[in-house]
Amino acid sequence: MTATKADIIARLQKDIFPLQGFKTALNNIALDKAIGPIKNAFPGNHFPVGVMHEFISDSKETAAVTTGFVAGVLAQLMQQGGVMIWIGACKNIFPPAYQSFGIAPDKIIFVDLQKEKQICWAMEEALKCEGLVAVIGEMQELSFNASRRLQLAVEQSKVTGFIIRNNPRSLNTTACVTRWQITSLRSQLPEGMPGVGFPRWKVTLLKVRNGKPGSWDMEFAAGRFRQVNAIPAIPLQVQQKTG
Amino acid sequence: MSKRFVSIWFRQLKTDWLVRRQPSLKEAPFVLVLPDHGRMVITAANEAAKRQGVYNGMVLADARAIITGLQYFDDEPGRAELLLTGLAEWCIRYTPAAATDVPDGLLLEVTGCAHLWGGEERYLTDIAKRLHHIGYDISIAIADTVGAAWALARFGKKINIVEPSRQSDALLSLSPTALRLEATVIERLEKLGLRQIHQFIAMPRTALRRRFGLELLNQLDKALGLQEETIQPIHPIVPYQERLPCLEPIVTATGIEIAMQHLLDKLCNRLQHEQKGLRLAVLKCYRVDGKMISVDIGTLRPSCNSKHLFKLFEEKIATIEPALAIELFILEATATEELSPVQKNLFGHKGALDDIELAELLDRIAGKIGAQHIHRFTPDEHYWPERSYKKAALNETIATGWKISNPRPLHVLPRPQLIDVTAPVPDYPPMNFRYMGNLHTIIKADGPERIEQEWWLQQGRHRDYYIVEDEGGKRYWLFRSGHYDVEKTYKWFLHGFFA
Repeated sequence: MTATKADIIARLQKDIFPLQGFKTALNNIALDKAIGPIKNAFPGNHFPVGVMHEFISDSKETAAVTTGFVAGVLAQLMQQGGVMIWIGACKNIFPPAYQSFGIAPDKIIFVDLQKEKQICWAMEEALKCEGLVAVIGEMQELSFNASRRLQLAVEQSKVTGFIIRNNPRSLNTTACVTRWQITSLRSQLPEGMPGVGFPRWKVTLLKVRNGKPGSWDMEFAAGRFRQVNAIPAIPLQVQQKTG
Repeated sequence: MSKRFVSIWFRQLKTDWLVRRQPSLKEAPFVLVLPDHGRMVITAANEAAKRQGVYNGMVLADARAIITGLQYFDDEPGRAELLLTGLAEWCIRYTPAAATDVPDGLLLEVTGCAHLWGGEERYLTDIAKRLHHIGYDISIAIADTVGAAWALARFGKKINIVEPSRQSDALLSLSPTALRLEATVIERLEKLGLRQIHQFIAMPRTALRRRFGLELLNQLDKALGLQEETIQPIHPIVPYQERLPCLEPIVTATGIEIAMQHLLDKLCNRLQHEQKGLRLAVLKCYRVDGKMISVDIGTLRPSCNSKHLFKLFEEKIATIEPALAIELFILEATATEELSPVQKNLFGHKGALDDIELAELLDRIAGKIGAQHIHRFTPDEHYWPERSYKKAALNETIATGWKISNPRPLHVLPRPQLIDVTAPVPDYPPMNFRYMGNLHTIIKADGPERIEQEWWLQQGRHRDYYIVEDEGGKRYWLFRSGHYDVEKTYKWFLHGFFA
């Protein structure tokens, strides 16, 4: 009896997900593979494509780290070819670096805008365009209404949208399906090796619709994400030795 | 269909113009003069003065000896041209192709225009009557060729109609002057007693060329229609143009929208039929108060999609100020290109850079915000980080690949920022650095990667780049500008942030 109840609930959930913006038909297997254990946090154990993702960053360093994580995800989306649009104040962007994440920088179109109103308008227009793989917007504030418009646009066109919010004044409610925060972790190399290792991030899923928020320590190497164990604190004497 | 040309000859262009401005001069003899070699020479004399023996080119003093109390006014070089341009503009009501014929005439190409006035006779009468009403004394002729029309206007009746392909009959009895020849050629013809065209038209062409030069044959051919002659209209004809005159003047945005839609549909239909695409378009709105407002749009690649073009124009409706009302809309395609059909992917794969939807999206963004905000980058063959990429057009293919031999940060500062460091060992990464007031202790570091100045572009010091990681795991791109030395002339900069 209880088993049938669970079946009914599972079936109902399956019916509800498409209504909430999760489209199972769009699942990107390559991305699910590359993203590692994070995919289990989402309904259906698939990284949601064709929805709005929101990223929060609080400094220039975390902005770069967030961009790195987004680039890692985008690289999987762009594997089939295609073009994406980057909207925002692009004065910090260094295009050649995207190549090392597996994205051809010449396949990104940058739209250099300052005003939030203009960015929102351009994002909405871009998200309606089915010829794109992804749209990335950089802005500070995102009102609920604006995010709702963007989410409705992606539900029509199935383009994936990313919003990177730098230094938001308040973490207001938005209609985006997820909210992430990425911070940097110390890289680790095999014992005794000099230099800086692969980028490591603390990936925190603050909010996810119908999923399980969580936090993972991830390393990005060779185009895929790998979960790593927490790094022990630096012993004091090592700290002194460096340099 | 043969072409038809109208030539209008203003017998007294400048004096008629002056009479229009000063009606009191109508009956009195007067002349226009210009100084020439210290004398005042008459450039135009009115009918009353001419009747008493004054002619153009006469010295003013002589003329005043003939007519006492002869009034004279200063002429202005180039005035005739100005007047003719104005009159040609006025003639646009009769034909879109009106040209000036300096010094005293107008040429109109009226192919397919005359029937709108109910035939050529009515057409010419209407022009003549209106110009006469304005105050100009003219004669006018219509013929298949510019040469014949010109000749008949000057040496025929007030209104001359040469039936299609009958220009040779009309020319036969005229004097050779009617062929627009140089004075020396005319003089030579005169000397030989050839006073009418029919006297030499049948002569062997070789003989004519030997005696009178190629000029005579050319002009004869032009007048007879054996050689093509075109005119230079004051407003070059735009090949793709649609007009929408409004019976009821338009004042509302909805009205303008309907007009746009109507014009775009017509234009796009025509473009599609001819396999052309629009790149630039102008919508001109003629207002009741005589002013004209225009809005223009551009597209990234040729398009004849009226829906898309309408969206682009829709953004600009707010800038159209109808004031009292708009009575005429003209849509012109100022730049068109061959439309290359693009095959659409049916399944799966997202479009590449030549995707139509993408082009339409960028058109909309460019139309609203400005094309200067849209960039795409391609690699440039330079090691210097700031010069390693360049802005490129959307359709540009990359010549060289992106270099990924050395790690590069995702974010860089537009200008490297000066930082304070503690770097006790030469050619080693610093121990710590201070940025934005925070002390960052460096735990791990990679480098140096030396990047030299490109001396053929810029002089200066080289940079030694280090990738460093601080105790919080934040990764930075630092560089030291210049060599280590005792005087400490080198400087440390923060250039970028790694992911």
